[in-house]
Formats: sequence, C-alpha cells, structure tokens
Amino acid sequence: MSILVIGEHDNDELKPSTLNTVTAAQELGDEIDLLIAGADCSAAAEHAARVTGVKRVLKVDDPSLADSLAENLSPLIAKLAGEYTHVLVPASTYGKNIMPRAAALIDVQQISDISGIESEDTFVRPIYAGNAMATVRSKDAIKMISVRTTAFESATEEGEATIEEITGAQESGLSKFAGEELTRSERPELTTADIIISGGRGMQSGDNFEMLERIADRLNAAVGASRAAVDAGYVPNDYQVGQTGKVVAPNLYIAVGISGAIQHLAGMKDSKVIVAINKDEEAPIFQVADYGWVVDLFEAIPQLEAALGEGG
Amino acid sequence: MKVLVPVKRVIDANIKVRVKSDQSGVELNNVKMAMNPFCEIAVEQAIRLKESGSVDEIIVVTVGAAQSQETLRTALAMGADRAILIETEETPEPLSVAKSLKAVVDREGPGLVILGKQAIDGDNNQTGQMLAALLGWSIGTFISDLVVEESIVKVTREVDGGLEKLELLPPAVVTVDLRLNEPRYASLPNIMKAKKKPLDTLSPSDLDVDVTPRTEVVSVVEPPAREAGVRVGSAEELVEKLKNEAKVI
Ligand SMILES: Cc1cc2nc3c(=O)[nH]c(=O)nc-3n(C[C@H](O)[C@H](O)[C@H](O)COP(=O)(O)OP(=O)(O)OC[C@H]3O[C@@H](n4cnc5c(N)ncnc54)[C@H](O)[C@@H]3O)c2cc1C
Ligand SMILES: Cc1cc2nc3c(=O)[nH]c(=O)nc-3n(C[C@H](O)[C@H](O)[C@H](O)COP(=O)(O)OP(=O)(O)OC[C@H]3O[C@@H](n4cnc5c(N)ncnc54)[C@H](O)[C@@H]3O)c2cc1C
Repeated sequence: MSILVIGEHDNDELKPSTLNTVTAAQELGDEIDLLIAGADCSAAAEHAARVTGVKRVLKVDDPSLADSLAENLSPLIAKLAGEYTHVLVPASTYGKNIMPRAAALIDVQQISDISGIESEDTFVRPIYAGNAMATVRSKDAIKMISVRTTAFESATEEGEATIEEITGAQESGLSKFAGEELTRSERPELTTADIIISGGRGMQSGDNFEMLERIADRLNAAVGASRAAVDAGYVPNDYQVGQTGKVVAPNLYIAVGISGAIQHLAGMKDSKVIVAINKDEEAPIFQVADYGWVVDLFEAIPQLEAALGEGG
Repeated sequence: MKVLVPVKRVIDANIKVRVKSDQSGVELNNVKMAMNPFCEIAVEQAIRLKESGSVDEIIVVTVGAAQSQETLRTALAMGADRAILIETEETPEPLSVAKSLKAVVDREGPGLVILGKQAIDGDNNQTGQMLAALLGWSIGTFISDLVVEESIVKVTREVDGGLEKLELLPPAVVTVDLRLNEPRYASLPNIMKAKKKPLDTLSPSDLDVDVTPRTEVVSVVEPPAREAGVRVGSAEELVEKLKNEAKVI
C-alpha cells in the first residue's frame, strides 16, 4: 500500500481537514506521502512535515498553484497518482473541486465522501443525505477517494517527515482567480468546533443571530445555520450545515428554531450531544435531540445566556 | 451559443428513502421521482441566459432508464428547446455519465454546459468536474452567480470559507449551487407544448461509450438510529444536564 494524501492548505498553514485525512490514510497503510502544492508554500510544507504518520512531504511550489485552480492542480495530482495505490483528499469544497477532475484524467471512478474503510478496496459512504450507508468496492487499480473528515480523528503533530521538493506544475491558461469574500470570525471554524449553536428560520432576522453569538462567545462555540436562514439572508452561505452545506460532528450541537429537515440532519446528526430549542413539540428535530426544550426561542435564549453566565 | 444541461431523475427530495431488506439498495418501486433539485436550478439558469439573449438553444440530456423521459419533459416544459435520452438500464456512475456527456458535447458543440453540483441520491459531486476534465475545459464548481460574456465566463463559487470569484475561458463547464436562482414552475400550456418538442433517444453504444461499472455496491444499510432523549423545562435544567450528565460544557 502506498498512499498519497492531498494536503489542503492556504500556503501558510495546513487545514485541520488534512489531519483527519491522514488518519484515514493510516487505516490503509503506513507508506504515506503528503502533497503540498501551492505558491510560496514553505510554511505549509513545514507544518505538513510535523503530521504524525507522514513519511514524506512532496512540495510543489509554483505560481500557477497559488489559488488551487482545478485546471492547474488536478493534472499534477493525476500525474503523481500513478506511483500510488490510493490517493486521498478531504471532502471539503477544496477536495470536491479538484479530485473528480484528477480521477477522470486517469480514467478512475472516484469514491466520494467515505466514512469508513472495510479493506483496501472496500469503503463505506453515506448516500441519500445519510439516510442510507452504502458499502462499495472499487475495481480501479488506483483508488481516488475523498474523505468525510468528521468520521476520522485528527492525526497528531509529532512527526518528522522529510520534505522533498518536486516540479511538474503547469499553467493551463483556462481560468483565473478574481477575488474572494471570506467570512472573518474570531470564533472557531464550523467543521472543527467542539460546540456549535445553529439558528434556523425561527430566528426571524440576521440581527437576532446576535443572541446566538453571545451564547457562542460564552461557550467558545461556532455559529451555524439552516439553509432557510441562509436563503433568507440572515447569515452568509458558509454558515450552512447539511446535505449540501457543511457536515459537522461536534461534541455539542444546539439547534435553535430549526425544524430538523432530513437535509439539515444529514449535516449534524453525528454530533455527540444534540440540543433542540423549538416551540413546536412536533418538530422532527426532537427525534434526534438528546435534550429537547419546547419553548419560544426569544424567551429561551436570554434565559440560557443568564444560566450559562451564573455557572461561569 | 448553444447550452447543454444534463439533468437527472432522482427520488423526490421530500420523500424519506427506505433501504431494501435484502440490502441491495433503496426502495424505488412506487416512490415519487422528480428532477434533481440542483438540475432544476441548472435548467432555470439556462432559460434565463436565453431570455437575456446570450444563448440561442437549450439542449437537455439525461443518462438513464426510459422513465427518465419524464424528467426531460419537465425540463422542456420549463423552457428547454430539445432533449436527448441516452438510454441504459445500468445505474450509471459519474465517470460513465461524464463520458456519455462528452460524446454529446462533441456532437452538439455547446459553448457552455450547466450541471447541478450534486445529485441528491448518490451525493457524489463529481460529474461536472469529470466532464470538464475529459473535455479539457475550464470549470466553475458550486456557483451562486454566473455572468456570460462574449469571451469570458465570470462565476462566484460557494466555498467553505465564504465566496470565491473566478474568470473562466469559454467553452466552460459550471456546476450550480442552491442560491443561484429560484427555479420556475412549468405552466399547464407549456407542459402541453413540451409534449411536441423533439426528444431523441440514443444508446451508449451509439456514442461509443463503455458504461461498465468500476464499482460494485456490496450492501446498502440503514444508518445507526439516534434515540430521542429527554425533555427539559428550563435553562437551568438544560445547563445542569449539559454539565453534569452529558459533560460537554
Ligand atoms: C436539494 C436540497 C438540499 C438542501 N440542503 C440543505 C442543507 O444543506 N441544510 C439545510 O439546513 N437545509 C437544506 N435543505 C432545506 C431543508 O429541506 C429545509 O427546508 C430547511 O432545513 C429548513 O430550515 P429551518 O429548519 O430553519 O426552517 P423551517 O423548516 O421553517 O423551521 C423553522 C422552525 O423554527 C421553529 N420556530 C419558529 N419560530 C420559533 C420561535 N419563536 N421559537 C422557537 N422555535 C421557533 C418552528 O417551529 C420550526 O420548527 C435542502 C433542501 C433541498 C431540497
Ligand atoms: C443505492 C445506490 C446504488 C448504486 N449502485 C450503483 C451501481 O451498482 N453501480 C454504479 O455504477 N453506480 C451505482 N450507484 C451510483 C449512482 O448511480 C450515482 O448516483 C450515479 O453514478 C451518479 O452520481 P451522482 O448522481 O451522485 O452524480 P453527481 O456528480 O452528484 O451529479 C451532479 C450532476 O451531474 C449531472 N448528472 C448526474 N447523473 C446524470 C445522469 N444520469 N444523466 C444526466 N446528467 C447527470 C446532473 O446535472 C447532476 O446534477 C448507486 C447509487 C445508489 C444510491
């Protein structure tokens, strides 16, 4: 078994999603290389070299890789893949964008979003918004895989891998980065937070999300949302939890004014403890909640804030 | 310019799927089917481009069983001009769908292909990216805004950290996210008219495409169920339980 993990990074830092992906790789074997493809990405490569379990960091430093454009990055992955039995990437928007293109270039049917590894060619993955779990066997010689990061622990950072500089990137000229609007927040990231408090349509406005933010600050939690809250413009798109948003599995997920549609549950039902605050006692969210509170949220949230305050 | 919109027939998003007792898949008999919601958004976007004058013809295509004609008729009733069914009884994988679509692109010569970002059954999120790879075209995935100009396609993508803007060299493939638009309903007169719009049927062998699966489904099972918990009646009770019982705060 020889495994290549595609590292997600911003040239300076490795993203936590890579650590979960390395853990998945360790279940397959111990010959693990980690690719850091970027521009001026030495810091990210050094970070990558500390990840436990990684034998070798492959660093490709090229201006064409600055913005992780699929047209430039995927051919590089396709070229490297021939040396490996498995190529793994986190199933984040980064991985979802680049991996299928690389797989198609080498005529491989990718296995998306795996949540379990049965053997070197057999994997478990959720389908139908997690309402069914499929076990699939790949017959391709090289397995191209995206990994559901919440299903695997983070690798620790106690390793000492070598960093090998390689070349092979090429500018395709097909696309160009033209700007970004990233949500800046002092709070933890949704996909890695230990505690998440999410609001739904019941919040009624973006301003009301401040109530949740105050709780989040007390608990060092991230703030999430249902699709209805994002569609209504209360919060930005990257807050969305669900089948088509982010998949999260914190220790504690507090759903406020969220009904619990299957598409929302798909993104959070693997949380360790779920709290539902909803005024409709029939709301489906109560079927998955460990602690349900049938109450008007506009009464409940200030009370919760006070109760948390007292306890410290 | 022609635009090609691949659409997929899936179990209606409002239906709770049931796993078959023999673990071979999910129950599809007597289950309400519909166009994949992301594909509806793709069709709507193509119609808007036609209404604004940047597109002359909208071709919709699906790879699937004969019943997928219904999905094509829905797209025609929304406003697409003609349809192609690539008929196969195999459950096609994204790679073979992408190969079939490439063959259609080679025949029809569209300047833009608009797909859904994922199908809500397989949740693979692969087909558009694979098609772009096979064509060697530029790609914009998970888009929430699209501007088609003479020699450039501008997209805004929904990514984990927020939004990203790209400029693509046409011809391009784009895959659409939920907030790009709100798809229209087909009116009754348009549903009647759609029955007369052209719908061609081809087979994968007509297109010289091999759809032999590369993966085998070993089993499909229910996910582990979560048990409903207890009700609490006050903030103090909730905080006490989270601290002392669940030990998560
Ligand atoms: C293809 C597809 C993909 C989708 N992907 C996603 C996804 O990724 N994520 C997602 O979340 N959804 C997704 N959805 C949408 C999903 O089906 C639901 O429409 C959505 O989750 C509903 O959001 P909500 O629970 O906030 O709103 P609603 O269903 O309207 O629920 C609002 C809840 O708030 C409660 N409430 C209202 N006022 C108060 C109050 N004062 N106090 C207490 N409770 C109150 C109500 O009782 C109700 O239960 C998708 C849908 C489709 C078709
Ligand atoms: C229970 C179950 C059993 C399965 N068994 C098998 C099996 O035995 N063998 C096998 O090969 N696969 C199997 N699959 C995979 C299944 O067929 C996939 O759903 C399919 O391969 C396409 O993936 P997707 O729809 O998730 O693609 P995505 O990449 O998520 O689709 C994105 C977009 O691509 C376009 N698109 C996708 N499919 C089509 C299509 N058919 N026609 C036109 N446009 C399309 C649409 O625009 C769509 O919005 C199984 C899936 C399930 C749920």
